[in-house]
Amino acid sequence: MAMNYRIAKDKVAGGLMTGFTLFSMLMVIAMAVGLWLKSADIIHEHSLSDLLTTSEWRPMNNKFGFLAFIVGTFYVTGVAIAIALPISLLMAILLTEYSRSVVRRYIYPLLDILASLPSVIYGVWGTLVIVPIVSDIVGPSVGTVTSGYTLLSGSVVLSVMVLPLLISLFVEIFGNVSRELREASLALGATRWQTTKHIVLRKGLPGIVASVVLAVSRALGETIAVLMVCGNLIIIPNSLLDACYPIPALIANNYGEMLSLPLYESALMFAAFILFFVVLLFNLVARLYLKSIKVE
Amino acid sequence: MKYIEEYFFRTLMYLSLLIVFGFVASVLWSIFSEGLPVLTWDMVTSLPGSGFYIGKEGGFLNAIVGSLYIVLGATAIALVISIPVVFYLNVYLKSSSRFAYVARLAFDVLFGIPSIVYGAFAFTIMIAVGIRASLLGGIIVETLLIIPILIRSMDEVARNIPKDLLEAAYSLGATRIETIWVVVRQIAPAIATATLLSVGRAMGDAAGVMFTAGFTDNIPESLTDKAATLPLSIFFQLSVPQVEVRNRAYAAAVLLTAIILVLSLSGRFIMRHFSKNKI
Repeated sequence: MAMNYRIAKDKVAGGLMTGFTLFSMLMVIAMAVGLWLKSADIIHEHSLSDLLTTSEWRPMNNKFGFLAFIVGTFYVTGVAIAIALPISLLMAILLTEYSRSVVRRYIYPLLDILASLPSVIYGVWGTLVIVPIVSDIVGPSVGTVTSGYTLLSGSVVLSVMVLPLLISLFVEIFGNVSRELREASLALGATRWQTTKHIVLRKGLPGIVASVVLAVSRALGETIAVLMVCGNLIIIPNSLLDACYPIPALIANNYGEMLSLPLYESALMFAAFILFFVVLLFNLVARLYLKSIKVE
Repeated sequence: MKYIEEYFFRTLMYLSLLIVFGFVASVLWSIFSEGLPVLTWDMVTSLPGSGFYIGKEGGFLNAIVGSLYIVLGATAIALVISIPVVFYLNVYLKSSSRFAYVARLAFDVLFGIPSIVYGAFAFTIMIAVGIRASLLGGIIVETLLIIPILIRSMDEVARNIPKDLLEAAYSLGATRIETIWVVVRQIAPAIATATLLSVGRAMGDAAGVMFTAGFTDNIPESLTDKAATLPLSIFFQLSVPQVEVRNRAYAAAVLLTAIILVLSLSGRFIMRHFSKNKI
């Protein structure tokens, strides 16, 4: 009797936990469906291609063109990754190939700090440090007058925010490259850098690409920091010193007014859906790939 | 030639280390040097007075308490959900389980979804069921946001639980659910670290609560009241031109940064010093 009770308890707990697990997993699908249903109105009203390829944004006049926001989002993210990639690659090589564990013990807490600071703090830092540098030094040196609230400022702030993620992914990838390969190369008389270049980077290249995709998806969704330094003008940015208006900033800035117009709300939910869809896609591809090389 | 290349890249590496170090120092220095001199005890212990946003007296106690309520509520609920999930993935399911693979992938993906999307999604749900921006809404969205963080970081440690440990328990006649305390004790440091990590994440998140918790100058008295949060308090005060108001934003930023630093460093400390009961 007591045994049956214990087995029953085991089974019931199992069922309950399956439920919890399924519930949390289904969040992904619930989000996709929920956001899609909400954005259905605007897609019915204006066609999908209209929404994505025009850049006129005047909700009160029923004009919803997302192009400027989409270009702004990818531009600011692309530049951020271009800044962060060389720094994080060199850092990861330094950590895995060149330094002893003593050094690492002091560097990891630094990266921890960068990883843990909230978005709003980076925003404050951006307005205090990066924006003045751009408006007082970078702007004049190329002969433009700028407020400093620019795509460049946003990219610099974003690049610092994705550095810890990139470095930790790279460190893991380089750690998976087999020791024997390195030693074979060193034994043939190659220098450390030659070994790194020909063995570690070549073996790690697919993983590096996947990590970059992951970092892009992280950067795409950053909201408050970007909102605080990018300038938020609805234009298609032509240069690094133009303002831009990424999608997360659009959503955050307008949630207050969106309930005034049904279509406006639908438009912002469509913006959230675009973000969700791109991030989901990038994440899925990168994660699946990273998992598959880990198994090897 | 190859030695020149070696030195060149070695120099670049130290340069990148210097840059990263410079970034950390610059962020912390800019926040603390602006905020620390203007931070007063009064700001931390009083509510916004009348004319707060044009530079009159008052503090941001509303945001501190609001953040605390949301974070504590969300962390408690998320722990209750995620500990069973981690236990289930590692004890009930075999390591080759297809379901476990898909579940882990789903949590990886959820972890990557930006908090603004969580916020927008939760907001549509709230409208559908008729909840207005409130403390409850804030707790819900932060719970959803930190569940994947908790699961992922606990699971990473739980996967390394020695199978012998579980088998020893089974051989004594324990059922699977009865090994839960063995497992919990084994991953206790990871639970603590994961909790600190998600408290930090929930505390610093602004985009999620913007829609769902709203903002108010008062301390919420029930779940249906609006709740202020520290990051939003910083954000709103910084968008005001008055120097006094902006200074308060810097002061609040110091407070938030200090909280986050303490959480993150103690998380690392716990992980390093208490994960020793290995077989």
